[in-house]
Amino acid sequence: MKTSLEKKKRDKLIPILQEVQEKEGFLSRESILKISKELDLPTSKIYGVASFYNQFRFQPRGQYQIQLCRGTACHVLGSAKILEILEGELGIKHGETTRDGKFSLEIVACIGACGLAPVISINGEFFAKLNPEKLRTIINEFRQKDQNNVK
Amino acid sequence: MKITINNKEIDVKKGMTILESARKAGIKIPTLCHIDNLFPSGACRMCVVEVEGWPKLVTACSTEVQDGMKVNAHSPKVLMARRTILELLLSNHPDDCLYCDKNGQCELQGLTEEFGIRERAYSAKRLNHPVDTSSPSIIRDPSKCILCGRCVRICEEIQDISAIDFVNRGAKTTVAPAFNDGLNVSSCINCGQCIMVCPTGALSEKNYIKEVINAINDPEKVVVVQHAPAISVTIGEYFGLEKGIDYTGVLNAALRQAGFNVVFDTSFAADLTIMEEASEFVHRLTNKGVLPMMTSCSPGWIKHVEQSYPELTPNLSTCKSPQQMMGAVIKNYYAPKKGIDPANIFSVSIMPCTAKKFEAGRSEMMSGNMADIDVVLTTRELAKLFKMLNIDLKNIAPQDADDPLGERSSAGKLFGATGGVMEAAIRTAYNLVTGKDLTDPVIGDVRDLNGIKEASVNIDGLQLNFAVVSGVGKARKILEDIKNGKSKYHFIEVMTCPGGCIAGGGQPHGVDLSKVKERMKTLYSFDAGAKLRFSHKNKSIKKLYDEFLGKPLGEKSHKLLHTKYVKREVCK
Repeated sequence: MKTSLEKKKRDKLIPILQEVQEKEGFLSRESILKISKELDLPTSKIYGVASFYNQFRFQPRGQYQIQLCRGTACHVLGSAKILEILEGELGIKHGETTRDGKFSLEIVACIGACGLAPVISINGEFFAKLNPEKLRTIINEFRQKDQNNVK
Repeated sequence: MKITINNKEIDVKKGMTILESARKAGIKIPTLCHIDNLFPSGACRMCVVEVEGWPKLVTACSTEVQDGMKVNAHSPKVLMARRTILELLLSNHPDDCLYCDKNGQCELQGLTEEFGIRERAYSAKRLNHPVDTSSPSIIRDPSKCILCGRCVRICEEIQDISAIDFVNRGAKTTVAPAFNDGLNVSSCINCGQCIMVCPTGALSEKNYIKEVINAINDPEKVVVVQHAPAISVTIGEYFGLEKGIDYTGVLNAALRQAGFNVVFDTSFAADLTIMEEASEFVHRLTNKGVLPMMTSCSPGWIKHVEQSYPELTPNLSTCKSPQQMMGAVIKNYYAPKKGIDPANIFSVSIMPCTAKKFEAGRSEMMSGNMADIDVVLTTRELAKLFKMLNIDLKNIAPQDADDPLGERSSAGKLFGATGGVMEAAIRTAYNLVTGKDLTDPVIGDVRDLNGIKEASVNIDGLQLNFAVVSGVGKARKILEDIKNGKSKYHFIEVMTCPGGCIAGGGQPHGVDLSKVKERMKTLYSFDAGAKLRFSHKNKSIKKLYDEFLGKPLGEKSHKLLHTKYVKREVCK
């Protein structure tokens, strides 16, 4: 049985994870190992807790953060297909970041813009009433924008 | 107080659960998540029952009895609920049972059969997670997991390792090590207790039967096998043999029938271990060496110390385990003696243990670039091999093990149970110090299934304190005490699995305490009836030292029978 001191330490886990994510943008392997040592809590437990909540990420965010709305209205108007295309185009699953660090993809429950369904936001900018074609154009624009900047 | 279950009146005590009461009365209530002696988790819901006057079904595992309670454990409503729960569990479960390691021994399959479920009632998307084959000991197939949580709890609450936990949420939940890593880089100590409690085929041992059969059929190879002390008191269970009897002789004969060329008894190497380990202990005592000394036979325990208490590795005995000593002696002594090229020897060991597979693969366990042990099979794999080859233990006349590594004392045999190493070591250490033998060789204080046992023995005026731990989770306080310089012990035996090797992670599935007790009893009655009860009186051991090794802790011993430990970086 755990002592009360250990229990107290356990109680602090989520606030600590939140603080680390706020400072570093995500929960790295190194920070989880550090937290584990500090709290004397197994890493498996910490990863278990962190992976339970949508708010925690295990990879740094991309330069362009795509949020896909999977709320009811968006779902009815085809957000599942949008997700499929996004994952295919970017070659990542939601919750991940492309290897070049450009794009990250995240699912959100509802962004409160049901009139614009299906909708995504990229770095806070909304892209409304999407269809596959429109979506591909947007992604390509962001890719090119990036290349132009480099030039 | 009294309750009734299925109209049967039962005497119960306050604090008992409905499940415990039902079991006491011989009424079976199915469960897929309960583990005896652990706090109920109520995860699987299979044990729901109806209580008269209560509006909803309740889980028998987590509901305490109340006086006068009327329980119906098999009402139509209960059966319907259980059936639906099962059907939901099966909705995304792979149904390739034919090809599953657990086929025929699966609890989920068994219940499906009992409930007569003949088709998929709810068709959900079949789980398709990658199989984790990274560990040398344990295969993890999350697609077959029903998330009962038994493995997570035994790993955390009994073993205090916590290598795995639930990852993600809802329909995406799996059981995995931190970061979804493979088991091989996790803190898993390969003990296999998770396999013992897994109700499905999600956890199983890495199977090496094919390698063994190939070696047996290879005319170039001399296939040598050794069997651990726990095997001969367990294997009979698979073949319906009479309980309470040691089947060493039958096992020797059966292994020869299976095609193994040479059969040795690991208990011989246990005697050898005792010669080295007792000498090492006496050496540490008389030369102000590092104390308390801790035993080193149990590879899960060794990995635990290496990864979590690296500062205490100097306390570990440097002796290899009996399996590895036997392996080294076979390839370096037996082979040249018989004129066999050691490279042509295929050395198999039958162990009640999954961690032994890991141990055999350690780089320290090599002579030159040759592994001392080539393949480790668990008790379960051996039973499968025998059945595949149609070898029925019921109809086999016992035979002796081969010379010269076949003779063994009953002290070596005791290694199979918790406390056995300690008892054997005390018998020999006493002789090393006093030159005499204990008049009563039985050290009663170390002979039960308690997780921590203590004994104190006066050897030549010196009062020595011994501790015996089984279940690696129980070692935490003792380890902390040593770290803080507060330990009162001189010698500590630790076995990774609760109960020792007879309850090891390679033994028959399930954690049936009565069977473990039975195996323990068999070992003790074997000891009581044995003529040779001291490792140092084993003539074959004496011969081995005379012909080859020289003396305990000598140069050859040091090279072949002792080992080193490393600091291990893992995700703890």
